[in-house]
Amino acid sequence: MKDKRSYDNHLGIVGWLGGGRWGIERYLYTLHRVTGVGILLFFIIHIFESSLRILGRETWDAVMEVMTNPIFKAGEILVFAAFAFHALNGIRLIFIELGLAVGKAEDPIYPYRSSINTQRSLMIVTMILSALLMIAGGYDLIFLGH
Amino acid sequence: METENQQKRNIIFHIRRFDPELDEVPRWQKFTVSVEPGMTVLDGLHHIKETQDASLSWRYSCRMGVCGSCAMLINGIPTLACNTQIMDVTSQKLTLAALPNFDIIRDLVPDLTPMFRDHVSIQPYIQRDDNKEMENPTREFFQTHDELEEYLQFTYCIKCGCCAAACPTMAADRKYMGPMPLAQAYRYNKDSRDGGQKDRNDVITASHGVFSCHYAGECSNVCPKGVDPARAIQHMKKDLVLGYLRLRKDKKPCQVVGIPTGESKPAIAAPEHTVK
Ligand code: SF4
Ligand code: SF4
Ligand code: FES
Repeated sequence: MKDKRSYDNHLGIVGWLGGGRWGIERYLYTLHRVTGVGILLFFIIHIFESSLRILGRETWDAVMEVMTNPIFKAGEILVFAAFAFHALNGIRLIFIELGLAVGKAEDPIYPYRSSINTQRSLMIVTMILSALLMIAGGYDLIFLGH
Repeated sequence: METENQQKRNIIFHIRRFDPELDEVPRWQKFTVSVEPGMTVLDGLHHIKETQDASLSWRYSCRMGVCGSCAMLINGIPTLACNTQIMDVTSQKLTLAALPNFDIIRDLVPDLTPMFRDHVSIQPYIQRDDNKEMENPTREFFQTHDELEEYLQFTYCIKCGCCAAACPTMAADRKYMGPMPLAQAYRYNKDSRDGGQKDRNDVITASHGVFSCHYAGECSNVCPKGVDPARAIQHMKKDLVLGYLRLRKDKKPCQVVGIPTGESKPAIAAPEHTVK
C-alpha cells in the first residue's frame, strides 16, 4: 500500500522545461507541443470567424474591419512560424519514430554516444529548413501583404 | 602530505531533505564537507552521516555502478552517486535531491514502486513453449552474434530510474510506463530465443505506453550505463507499425542447436606445473 506520508515529487508540466540535462531535443519536444496547441487554437478561432458570414454581410464586414488590426497580423505571422516549425519537426519525428535516423543498437563504450547523436544532423537540417520557411512566409506576409 | 592538503577543498552540500514524520514539504539543509580528489558523492554522503547528521538517508548497495540503488539528482542531473566524483561536477556547491517523478519516501530515497510495477507488467523474461528444455536444458539455443547485438545494449540496464526522472512525458503523465520498462520490453521482444511478444505488445501499446514517447531523448542523455532507451523505444514503434501493416512477420523463437554428431575430440592434456 502506498505510504500516505510520502511526498509527491512529480515535476508536472514544469518538467517539460528542465529537470534534466536541458538537451536541445527536449526544447523541441516542448515547442512541438506548444505550437501544436497554438495551431489548434488558431483553427478554432479561424472556423468561428469564418462562420460569422452566416450572420449577413454587415457582421462580416465588421469582422473584417477588426481583422485589419496589427495584432491579428502579428498573430498570423506567429501562426505561420508555428506551422513551419511544427510541420518540419513533425517530419523529423516521423522519421525517428519509425526507427530511422536513430541508429542500430551498439555497445555502450564510454563516453557514450546515443541515438541523440545519431539523429542530430537530421535535427539540424530540419531546423534550418523550418527557419527558411519561416523567413519566406514572414517576407510574404509582411512585405507582400498576402 | 602538504600537496594532499592543498588538493582538499571544502564543498558545500545542499541536500533536499524530507522526514515523513516531521515535514509537510521537503526542506534544504547545508553541510560542509572537506573533499579530496577521487571522492564520490556517495563517499561525501557517508562522511556527513558519520560525522554530522546520522539521520540523513539515501539508498545504496554496490557502490560501483552495478546495483542501480543510488540514483539521485546531482546538480540537477539524475545520475548515480557512486559513479560521480564530486570534483568532476563542482568546485564549490553540490546540490543533491531525490529523483523527481517519483514520490519521496525520505530524504534522497525515491519510491520506485511504480517503475518496477510497470517493469513486471511487460514480463521481463524469456518465454517459450518448451518449458522442459528451459527448466532442464540439454543443449544451447541457437542465436547468432548479429541477433545478440540487436538487443545486447539494452541488457546493460541496472533499473536505476534516472531515465524516468529525466523524461518530460513522465513528468506530466503519471501513468506513462516510462523509458526503462519500455526499453526492457524491446530487449525481450528482440531476443531471438523469446516468443512472448504478443503478450508484451498488448501491454505496451495500451494508452500511456510506447506511443506516449515523443522522443525528447533525455532518457538516453542521462542513462549512466549507455543503454539508450530512446533508441529501443523508437525501434519498437517501428516494429509495431510494420506489424500492424502486416509488413513484418512475427518471429518464431529460435531452436536449440542440433545434437552433436561425430566423435568427441581427445581431451587436452593439462600443462605441467610451473612451480614444483
Ligand atoms: S535505462 Fe539507464 S537510466 Fe534507465 S533504468 Fe536502465 S540504466 Fe537506469
Ligand atoms: S525519448 Fe521518450 S521515454 Fe525517453 S525521455 Fe523522451 S519521451 Fe521520455
Ligand atoms: S551504489 Fe550501486 S549503483 Fe551506486
